[in-house]
Amino acid sequence: MTESSPVGPRKDDSVLVTEAKAGNYAAFEELVSRYEKKIYRLGLNLTGNPEDAEDVLQEAFLKAFAHLPEFREDARFYTWLVRIAINEGLMKLRKRRSDKSVPIEDAVGEEGEIIPREFTDWKPNPEQLYAQGEMETILQNAAQGLSPGFRAVFLLRDVEGLSTEETAQLLNLTEGAVKARLFRARLQLREGLSKVFKRG
Amino acid sequence: MNLLNCKDCLKEISSYLDGEMEPDLKRHLEEHLSLCHHCQVVFDSARKTIELYCDGRLFPLPLEVRDRLHRALRRRWEEKAS
Repeated sequence: MTESSPVGPRKDDSVLVTEAKAGNYAAFEELVSRYEKKIYRLGLNLTGNPEDAEDVLQEAFLKAFAHLPEFREDARFYTWLVRIAINEGLMKLRKRRSDKSVPIEDAVGEEGEIIPREFTDWKPNPEQLYAQGEMETILQNAAQGLSPGFRAVFLLRDVEGLSTEETAQLLNLTEGAVKARLFRARLQLREGLSKVFKRG
Repeated sequence: MNLLNCKDCLKEISSYLDGEMEPDLKRHLEEHLSLCHHCQVVFDSARKTIELYCDGRLFPLPLEVRDRLHRALRRRWEEKAS
């Protein structure tokens, strides 16, 4: 399916992949332009660091370029790209000597239950109360409070919109484990943000 | 009769956010949320949490980072072609 745009009909990713495989650089560049912002944001939220995010971005697209001939066109290009990017990001985190993230288990009771502690209403529209840079710092700090495995699940499911099944395959987890991690990641992030956004 | 307590409700909040819920359970959960302010706060703020991370205006790609990416890719393409 194509959508129209001011410069002509928007081509499907699969069409651009076929053209790029045939040696059309403009087609590859169009794919890059379509997803570069999202991949950068994924790298930034995963690593919490602009330099690492740029490395993730570059490595993801360079690898996508190198392995394009092996890409099966029945798969979704974006999911494939996200797989490469998340692996790059997780590898980067593993390489860090001192990972300062607080494990999510800190917010989990002995029975493995999440225990919410913040029950105050949030201020309405917090996005309007903070400058963009401030809001980015708040979100990044909260995300870095999650262990990388939980952070990856949250980013893939809730931000990148991958299905539970796709996320499970990509991270080598069961679907049940994805759901459990997502549940905990959401509540842990909510808990952290509540400290900043609560009324009063 | 509503059989859900707060603990049950919290357990199901993630499924509710995903819209993956049996109609009966969903009805009970919504009933509980309408009566329990604490659970309502947790649900509303969890939903808002997701919305904030999905805000496409945040974390823009810096122009110089984009330029370096496109130059690196162009270089790689030309190396392959030569």
